[in-house]
Amino acid sequence: MTERFLITGATLATGGRADLLLSDGVIAEVGRIADAAGATVVDADGLVALPGLVDLHTHLREPGYEQSETVLTGTQAAAAGGFTAVFAMANTSPVADTAGVVEQEASLGRAAGYATVQPIGAVTVGLKGEQLAELGAMARSRANVRVFSDDGFCVSDPLLMRRALEYVKAFDGVIAQHAQEPRLTQGAQMNEGALSGELGLVGWPAVAEESIIARDVLLAEHVGSRLHVCHVSTAGSVEVIRWAKARGIDVTAEVTPHHLLLTEDLVSSYDPRFKVNPPLRRAEDVEALRLALADGTIDIVATDHAPHPVEAKESEWDAAANGMVGLESALAVVHAAVVENGLLDWADVARVLSAAPASIGRLAGHGQPLERGSAAEVALYDPAAASDFSLDRLAGRSVNSPYLGRRLPGRVVATFHGGYATYLDGAVRPADEIARHASARLEGTRG
Amino acid sequence: MRHLLSTKELSRDDAIALLDVAEDMAAVQEREMKKLPTLRGRTVVNLFFEDSTRTRISFEAAAKRLSADVINFSAKGSSVSKGESLKDTAQTLQAMGADGVVIRHHASGAPQTLAMSGWIDAGVVNAGDGTHEHPTQALLDAFTIRRRLHGATSRGRGLDGVHVVIVGDILHSRVARSNVWLLTTLGATVELVAPPTLLPVDTTAWPARVGYDLDASLAGGPDVVMMLRIQAERMHAAFFPNSREYARTWGLDDARFDRLPPTTMVMHPGPMNRGLEIAARAADSPQSTVREQVANGVSVRMAALYLLLSGERGDAA
Amino acid sequence: MAVRTVLQQADIDRAITRIAHEILESNRGAERLVLLGIPTRGVVLADRLAAIIGRIAASDVPAGALDVTMYRDDLGRHPVRTPQPTSVPSGGIDGATVVLVDDVLYSGRTIRAAFDALADLGRARAVRLAVLVDRGHREFPIRADFVGKNLPSSTRERINVRLAEVDGDDAVTIDGGDD
Repeated sequence: MTERFLITGATLATGGRADLLLSDGVIAEVGRIADAAGATVVDADGLVALPGLVDLHTHLREPGYEQSETVLTGTQAAAAGGFTAVFAMANTSPVADTAGVVEQEASLGRAAGYATVQPIGAVTVGLKGEQLAELGAMARSRANVRVFSDDGFCVSDPLLMRRALEYVKAFDGVIAQHAQEPRLTQGAQMNEGALSGELGLVGWPAVAEESIIARDVLLAEHVGSRLHVCHVSTAGSVEVIRWAKARGIDVTAEVTPHHLLLTEDLVSSYDPRFKVNPPLRRAEDVEALRLALADGTIDIVATDHAPHPVEAKESEWDAAANGMVGLESALAVVHAAVVENGLLDWADVARVLSAAPASIGRLAGHGQPLERGSAAEVALYDPAAASDFSLDRLAGRSVNSPYLGRRLPGRVVATFHGGYATYLDGAVRPADEIARHASARLEGTRG
Repeated sequence: MRHLLSTKELSRDDAIALLDVAEDMAAVQEREMKKLPTLRGRTVVNLFFEDSTRTRISFEAAAKRLSADVINFSAKGSSVSKGESLKDTAQTLQAMGADGVVIRHHASGAPQTLAMSGWIDAGVVNAGDGTHEHPTQALLDAFTIRRRLHGATSRGRGLDGVHVVIVGDILHSRVARSNVWLLTTLGATVELVAPPTLLPVDTTAWPARVGYDLDASLAGGPDVVMMLRIQAERMHAAFFPNSREYARTWGLDDARFDRLPPTTMVMHPGPMNRGLEIAARAADSPQSTVREQVANGVSVRMAALYLLLSGERGDAA
Repeated sequence: MAVRTVLQQADIDRAITRIAHEILESNRGAERLVLLGIPTRGVVLADRLAAIIGRIAASDVPAGALDVTMYRDDLGRHPVRTPQPTSVPSGGIDGATVVLVDDVLYSGRTIRAAFDALADLGRARAVRLAVLVDRGHREFPIRADFVGKNLPSSTRERINVRLAEVDGDDAVTIDGGDD
């Protein structure tokens, strides 16, 4: 008999208040629940209940870069951010380009138990952009891979991209492209514009992203495939995607929380916390991305959670690593960027941070509305708990957050995955407890 | 002044005050006894991650003439080239008791990172960072222009109404950036001339006119023409077709030099590529300030070190 | 806080004139005499002394400025000081009798720095010191050869010398201590 939770008085994303009873891995009841004997009561008065968040773009770093993050610590960070499923990017060492590596990742995720870990497979062997990885083997493996990406690198060879798009049709896969023309971004350090000229940093022009997206949507149209664009960062990219969607091309797109909130002027400090790829852009880009998320041109928010050890960021700008951790702060940043100003409501947030990413990634058991019979994947968020984002909010192994010291409007209070609490009262539940829940649940599904 | 990181942050008053102190330093350089006891007991580290003998010896002479102890820390052949981080290097210098660090680095912003990191208490002088700034070069250029124009009555003056044309690889030039800010702050008008490929893609925020036609700019009879060094490797990255075409279109050749008013100063931060961006006749003419720039460099750097290091520590003035 | 005037313009004129006579007397004439004022007000006083001595002796007495900022031993204890120009009369100081001129003699540190500064300019035959006000509290074995007025003072008091060329009028005042 596993623990049962009675969440009382939560505000639903769809509006209205309800109690939720989580039992045996599902939402057993929704509404006014008078009798829930033996259940642990979680008072959710004033909290927003969302379906457990799903991140289509997470770097868990294991295997190979365990000093930055592991599957365990990365999914702890996920739990702290309200996430119940993460898609793990393929740029590990070894690269996730074979069935063996993706199965290992998935099983590490199952054993840790904090969130569903759905591996992403590499498009090309070793992310080298030369020859296709064993996409079919990864798709058929126990890891059931549907999303393929060379993220960190662009599949820049147009012929290879065309083949990849075509090939994954066989198993309803999708290519998630890191859109960055490599020749136009050699040595690039920040957004190219007036500020890069002044700071003397090599520019990363918007056209290097936009030209790849334009090429890829035309390729996707030509071969009738599904394309997903990672971390869209410019107003021009939004225009291209809007055009493609209007034309009926099967393209989806994501934006990161940081591209919805932060702008390039932060680079003036040369503080490497603000170094990320694609780079922070202009205020006009941020505005266009927000509107695109609101009107559906951009389908989802994905974190691009990119942990790095302290030494990778304690350096001069050029030498610093690209990337920011983002799982723990994502919901509060989305709240600040697009909910506070009314562009999105909480139902939209449930769509862009849960239902739509689960659907793009063909991930079952996630992103379901909080209804009777849905999987017990729930996040509780306090939209009135404004505070300065601080180190104690970070639950992963790395602390390279651009939000430290920045005021964010709310915070995640609790996360439930598979019916058990992974994060409660502002603390990640202990690893041994979660591992026990996870193994009990596995037994249950087998029995 | 706690650090000297860029000219963009310098106010007109601060810039003129520094140039005035440099006048005092220049006076000392003209007498038999060239050394001052001012920075006795202070340690200045020349931390050079990039080779630049000229800049290093200029700073070294400046520090020594103020009686500071000088330690040269060059990245080549040291632990730095073996992958030691800027942070560890900084902490080493801190442990050695460095009062001032003169840093030349290939990464833009590295001096600012060093100054703001908390790794080190020393005052930091930017001796050239990446393609960002080279503030003491701009200060010595301003000092040279002011002296040529005003001689013994230079003290207290800016460069109001002076028309300066800067020609060459603006995109990669830290000298150009520092000069654009400083000369403008001092009241000069700055015009940039370069092939479009060697200009930043967006210069709308720069207080300078930008053009591609050197002859048109020279026809305006500028007070100063500053030629920047063109690096050969730019050719290979397709910034321009070849050196012949560059010299013909953007070089200060004899014909262009002859059309200049005889009062126009010809400046170059050195080292020069004779025959590429500047012809020998212009470089060696009385209008050329190249050697004065070198001499003035020591005075200006003495002034910078004096203002950064002579007062009590933690002085934010 | 009480401000008290201790020397008025006439007093200052008299003191400078007397010092001019004393300098001439001790030097036995104006021969090879160089007056170097310590900025800012010492320079003004040196110019006035040179004019008076020149009038009395009917010959030109060279005067200049000697900035000692770069030679101070207390630079690191204060915010950065702005140096002033040094100007040595064209004949230089080698073999000359140099009279250093300052407005107030106090700890003696400025004069100590002046000796170092002077030594870097050349070798004077003799060095003398003339001050408008000696307020005591010496920290070095230094004594003025020519004094306008001895003004025993408390260390809490501030002595202000005002000279017309710099301040608009001539006066020496004391800002009293708080007691």
